Amino acid sequence: MIIQPQEKPWFISSLVIALLISLPILAVLYLAFFPEENAWPHLINTVLPTYLKNTVILMAGVGLLTLAIGTGSAWLIVTYDFPGKRWLSWALLLPFSMPAYVIAYVYTDLLEYAGLIQTGLRSLFSWDSSQDYWFPEIRSMGGAILMMSLVLYPYIYMLARAAFLEQSISLYRIARSLGSSPLQFFYRVSLPIARPALAVGLALVLMETLNDFGTVDYFAVRTLTAGLYDTWLNMGNLGGAAQIAVLMVVVVMILISLERYSRRQQKQFNSRNPGAPIPTITLTGKYAYGASILAFIPVLFGFLIPFIILSYYAFNYFDISWSSKFVTYALNSFSLAGMAAIITLILGLILAYSKRMNKNKATRFFVGFASLGYAVPGAVLAIGIIIPFAAFDNFIDGIMRDYFQISTGLILSGTAFAIVFSYSVRFLAVASGSIESSLDKVTPNMDMASRSMGHSHLSTLIRVHLPIIRRGALTAMLVVFVDCLKELPATLILRPFNFETLATQVYQFASDELLEQSALSALVIVLVGIIPVILLDKSISKKRE
Amino acid sequence: MLLSKLVRLSILPLIFTLFTSSAFSKEVNVYSYRQPFLIQPIFDAFTKESGIDVNVVFAKKGLSERLVREGKNSPADLVFTVDIGRLIDVVNKDLVQNVESSILSKNIPSQYRDPEGKWFGLTTRTRSIYVSKERANLADIQNYEDLSKPEWKGRICTRSGKHPYNLALIASMIAHHGEEKASEWLKGVKANLARKPQGNDRAQVKAIKEGVCDISLGNNYYYGKMLSNPDQIAWANAVHITFPNQKNRGTHVNISGMALTNSAPNKDNAIKLMEFLSEKLAQQMYSDQNFEYPVNPAVEPSTLLQSWGSFKSDHLPLSEVAKLRKQAAILVDQLGFDE
Repeated sequence: MIIQPQEKPWFISSLVIALLISLPILAVLYLAFFPEENAWPHLINTVLPTYLKNTVILMAGVGLLTLAIGTGSAWLIVTYDFPGKRWLSWALLLPFSMPAYVIAYVYTDLLEYAGLIQTGLRSLFSWDSSQDYWFPEIRSMGGAILMMSLVLYPYIYMLARAAFLEQSISLYRIARSLGSSPLQFFYRVSLPIARPALAVGLALVLMETLNDFGTVDYFAVRTLTAGLYDTWLNMGNLGGAAQIAVLMVVVVMILISLERYSRRQQKQFNSRNPGAPIPTITLTGKYAYGASILAFIPVLFGFLIPFIILSYYAFNYFDISWSSKFVTYALNSFSLAGMAAIITLILGLILAYSKRMNKNKATRFFVGFASLGYAVPGAVLAIGIIIPFAAFDNFIDGIMRDYFQISTGLILSGTAFAIVFSYSVRFLAVASGSIESSLDKVTPNMDMASRSMGHSHLSTLIRVHLPIIRRGALTAMLVVFVDCLKELPATLILRPFNFETLATQVYQFASDELLEQSALSALVIVLVGIIPVILLDKSISKKRE
Repeated sequence: MLLSKLVRLSILPLIFTLFTSSAFSKEVNVYSYRQPFLIQPIFDAFTKESGIDVNVVFAKKGLSERLVREGKNSPADLVFTVDIGRLIDVVNKDLVQNVESSILSKNIPSQYRDPEGKWFGLTTRTRSIYVSKERANLADIQNYEDLSKPEWKGRICTRSGKHPYNLALIASMIAHHGEEKASEWLKGVKANLARKPQGNDRAQVKAIKEGVCDISLGNNYYYGKMLSNPDQIAWANAVHITFPNQKNRGTHVNISGMALTNSAPNKDNAIKLMEFLSEKLAQQMYSDQNFEYPVNPAVEPSTLLQSWGSFKSDHLPLSEVAKLRKQAAILVDQLGFDE
């Protein structure tokens, strides 16, 4: 392995970052080596086959559905002009601000036996009881797939749209001149070129599906996560639970490498960037309305309906839910998420850039390893953070006591810093994936040109690459920000005393079966989540000059 | 620019919270498995009386692990739990110290506290059977054992067998009848279920109201909570709350409880809070606001709780229940109870 002297700082800093970010995962790995007992014989003999089957079905279902909705809507928005396109292009991002467990609750309330829909149907057709008619059960595998897809498809939509927008017009002209229709251009040229971005989005969706607990628990769909928490909390076997977490990480690693392997010989760069955008096609008549309706469906079910129901609850329960502390909760959420988004973006940039610079195996491995935090269920990752942090604190405290007879107590544990760190670990995969897929498309000629004109690597990154990949970078920040707003398990476990965020406030009430009272907080998460969606979307979709 | 604005917006409040978190001296720190809004009024009353602030971190999992790792530097003084399992858990991990207090020994009956003073119960809650007023006969369902009778086929609703409340009940069945008989019983209950275990205790009563099933398992305080919620009062009115096994060993009860950590930096304040919570005022508040039964025998349950009738509770030591919790969880898996 040869490292140029000027690349050294990048190599070292990326190694340090990767190592720091990997600490919690290493801690989980460490736990996995010391189980209280062997959990597997019991699991394999009893529930594991069902858990595995459910996990596979859930991941396949959510994967397919989010790909279809995300890619389809991104293509519609980028390629065609139709009524409502301008606001649909950002409205399609809105479901992303909706936590999956909240939407699950709202739809259960609407669609279950006592819900508005079934009650209405019964009075309309004068049915007496559930014996008189058939209605799909929302608390089921199908329901879980639908709920999660509705809030997760924006990952794919966002990345697909950015990828489609970055594609150059020359490709389009060539394809069209060779006789392909816009649709043929989509699946023969656009889709294959966008594939790395789609793969990143899909990997994120699948990891989020894999580590979800709230939604599947509410719908009584028992997946590997259920087995993990059961092993930890009911069997008192944290090590065994860590082994299940490691198994989940391995599954994700295999999926990602399979995808990478299948396109190992592809390499693609945009020849000139920024070029002119691909011209849009104006739809008319029934096609135009068809496109509007198609693009509206995900917004309607993923955002509007739950938003209206939440608003209704928030209004009715306002007196009980509102307190002056509410502003503090919102500020806490906002500042934690903002810090984490910025830090994650910087870390992601350094990692992706040094990976671009020296493509040796060590860098690659560490960067890949560092992004696995996303696949680990939040509560387990939180334990993985407590272990090194508390060890560090107690170590320093020990030294200070020995040499200076003063106790420094806990420095990092139980602080807001620990939460921000957990967000960075958890969502680095989101940022680096998005940045990498944008960076990969910038031709190395750019680097060479800039370097030959005497710019350092840092200056090249800031002056050349950053402006080009601005979209990808902003997308990364937006996603991390909203994800942090919604994050729950790690926030709960790591937080300081008396520290509430909007998400913990939702959880406090929701976990006592008082979901109506949690509606106000949930609504504010959604509203706060919308602000960066709109802000950043403007910047992302701004027409290239 | 947007970026710099974001930075400024985020850092200021963060710095603020970093420096205000540990600025008080007269305080007591609590790691709570129980939602703070349920105990806040009682803590407020304590602060008013003693001038000691109560700081809380609430989470449903991971707090005992946090305590383990923080070790002797942990800022936590007290751990609060909502079932005996988690309470014994912190004792077994050697995270708590014994408390000797004449007030606690006087207020809390010996069956609801550790002989060595490592844990104390605060309130008791029954695992009750809710029975449809319309479609079931109270005389037919007098014991937990009756739940496995074939006449209830397709008529029982419950939450997951893995929930701590159900695990404790199953553990008590193992303690009383042995594993083999308990397993048969659970198999019988499973065969009688109207639907796959799902939702929480309230959702089961709602299902009775909707005609999905006729009887369900649930903790007593949910009855009070439903009665005081205008949207849910109709569910509560569709059922009787019953206290099983009155003609023999008594109804299974669980406790919410507390323990003093090894590290406790504010030990004296913490013991003051423990004692306060066992006294009349706090015990009455628990009963009035959360619909739980006071452990302190000198304190009468609220009038609403009294109106549901008095009952005899199972005297099986709770430590026994906690010990069998894992066996109960294994049983639930073996029978595929949740499938």
